[in-house]
Amino acid sequence: MRDALSLPSTSGAGSVLTESLRTRTVLIAITFLFLGLFLVLPLVAVFVEALRKGWGVFFSAFADPDARSAISLTLTVAAIAVPLNLVFGVAAAWSITKFDFRGKSLLVTLIDLPFSVSPVVSGLVYVLLFGAQGLFAPLLKAYHIEIIFAVPGIILATIFVTFPFIARELIPLMQEQGIADEEAALTLGASPLRMFWTVTLPNIKWGLLYGVLLCNARAMGEFGAVSVVSGHVRGLTNTMPLHVEILYNEYNFVAAFAVASLLALLALATLVLKTVLEWRFDQDVAG
Amino acid sequence: MTQTLSVEGPLRPSSGWRFVKPSVLPGFNIAFGYTLLWLGLIVLLPLAALVLRASGIGVSGLIALASEPRVAAALKLSFGLSFLAAAVNMVFGLIVAWVLTRYRFPGRRMIDAVVDLPFALPTAVAGISLASLYAPNGWVGSLFAPYDIKIAYAPPGIAIALIFIGLPYVVRTVQPIIVDLEQDIEEASATLGAYRWQTLRRVILPSLMPALLTGFALAFARAVGEYGSVIFIAGNIPFVSEIAPLLIITRLEEFDYRGATAIATIMLAISFSALFVINLIQAWSRRRFGDA
Repeated sequence: MRDALSLPSTSGAGSVLTESLRTRTVLIAITFLFLGLFLVLPLVAVFVEALRKGWGVFFSAFADPDARSAISLTLTVAAIAVPLNLVFGVAAAWSITKFDFRGKSLLVTLIDLPFSVSPVVSGLVYVLLFGAQGLFAPLLKAYHIEIIFAVPGIILATIFVTFPFIARELIPLMQEQGIADEEAALTLGASPLRMFWTVTLPNIKWGLLYGVLLCNARAMGEFGAVSVVSGHVRGLTNTMPLHVEILYNEYNFVAAFAVASLLALLALATLVLKTVLEWRFDQDVAG
Repeated sequence: MTQTLSVEGPLRPSSGWRFVKPSVLPGFNIAFGYTLLWLGLIVLLPLAALVLRASGIGVSGLIALASEPRVAAALKLSFGLSFLAAAVNMVFGLIVAWVLTRYRFPGRRMIDAVVDLPFALPTAVAGISLASLYAPNGWVGSLFAPYDIKIAYAPPGIAIALIFIGLPYVVRTVQPIIVDLEQDIEEASATLGAYRWQTLRRVILPSLMPALLTGFALAFARAVGEYGSVIFIAGNIPFVSEIAPLLIITRLEEFDYRGATAIATIMLAISFSALFVINLIQAWSRRRFGDA
């Protein structure tokens, strides 16, 4: 009876399956406060700090040639790392989900490995391989190849940290889809290539885009691994996140936050696209 | 003649050892070969270089390097604060996941998207932003400064950065489990006279426990290795607020590859153990609850 009085809007059956109105309100308030304080506030602060001295100062941060070269290096690195991981992701998911072979779960674990390695360690392993005292140092020296403190090292470290993203999105998806569609295409006389383009690819497109999106966000934003292998040479081996660090450490806060705000916009765009893709994917599944 | 043909065909009884089951689908060799090659070059070879270096130092050498006071202090700080942050995330992550799946309120979809922000926002951006917020003259830091509470440039600041990056791991691990919970058992519990809080504590919480622990372990493993979001807010004072990943970089800058390798090996060993524990929890929960 008291329940019915305090919760006039809910029916009797509903009220035993949820918390009291007061508990619900408190929990929702905690959620808003916690996410607001820990997630939204830092995001808002980036834009406020970037515009602290007005739009003029904000835009002048991008007139700096070092900032421009950082932006172009970040775009270049992502443009190389993401397609390479895309091809890998599709190949790995194809062999893992469409065939039965021994040691499959070991292979899946190994592909996931970079996720459990600290970004700093991800950079370090390449230094141990290609650095001045590294395993391949004599070889690289003989052929005058520079990897560490140069762009190739940055690309390698970026590929390492974003390695599992696309494979990881595709494997559960393709596992669920099975092989019936591909078998039908082959039975109807399609060539393997045609089967892939007209059957497999359309089936996995949303999952693939989703993986590319996450992979790209990480590739452009990676800091720890890239920081270890880059050497922070201004105008040459500085990516956007590294440029942010340099500006911040020089107490050039407005410029640091201006470049950071560009990366924050990238994050926001990623989140919006991700939500759209999830929605499209649900629609495809439902329809 | 026909016999030979049938032996060649796909209907041959699969006797003996076979690496891959025969299939009509094309492309196994090329896809699998490329996967192995790329995995080997990008992931296994570099990690092998680390293992090789570490084996050159030896177990006793690793222990000696790890018990060096500055290294021990950094490891203790990293692991202690990561544990704390993961614990905070376990509590609040559960609340957030519950609220997002069970309640309907305006702004729910947006809040749900916001949870992924730490995955999408580059760590350096989060780092400078948190540092400016919690600095003594920042929006949040200035509220605490009059009471002489220092957040940025001290261990509490590190904990805040680690809470930031770890939250989505707990929420995204627990959320699908809450969606799949059968409401019948809650009804049964209520029918048997349980108060709502008894149902939550004795019926729902136990079935969420494996996911909560997995989320905790994922958040913990991520926090231990985290670098970008921490170094700006940490203050980086040796013995006080210097995290283990930063010490690796310091050692590298001193060209002390041995020291860097030792710390990295210890961190790797511990995060792999965390992964192993996750697998144990999942195997246990499969046995206990009979699903994945």
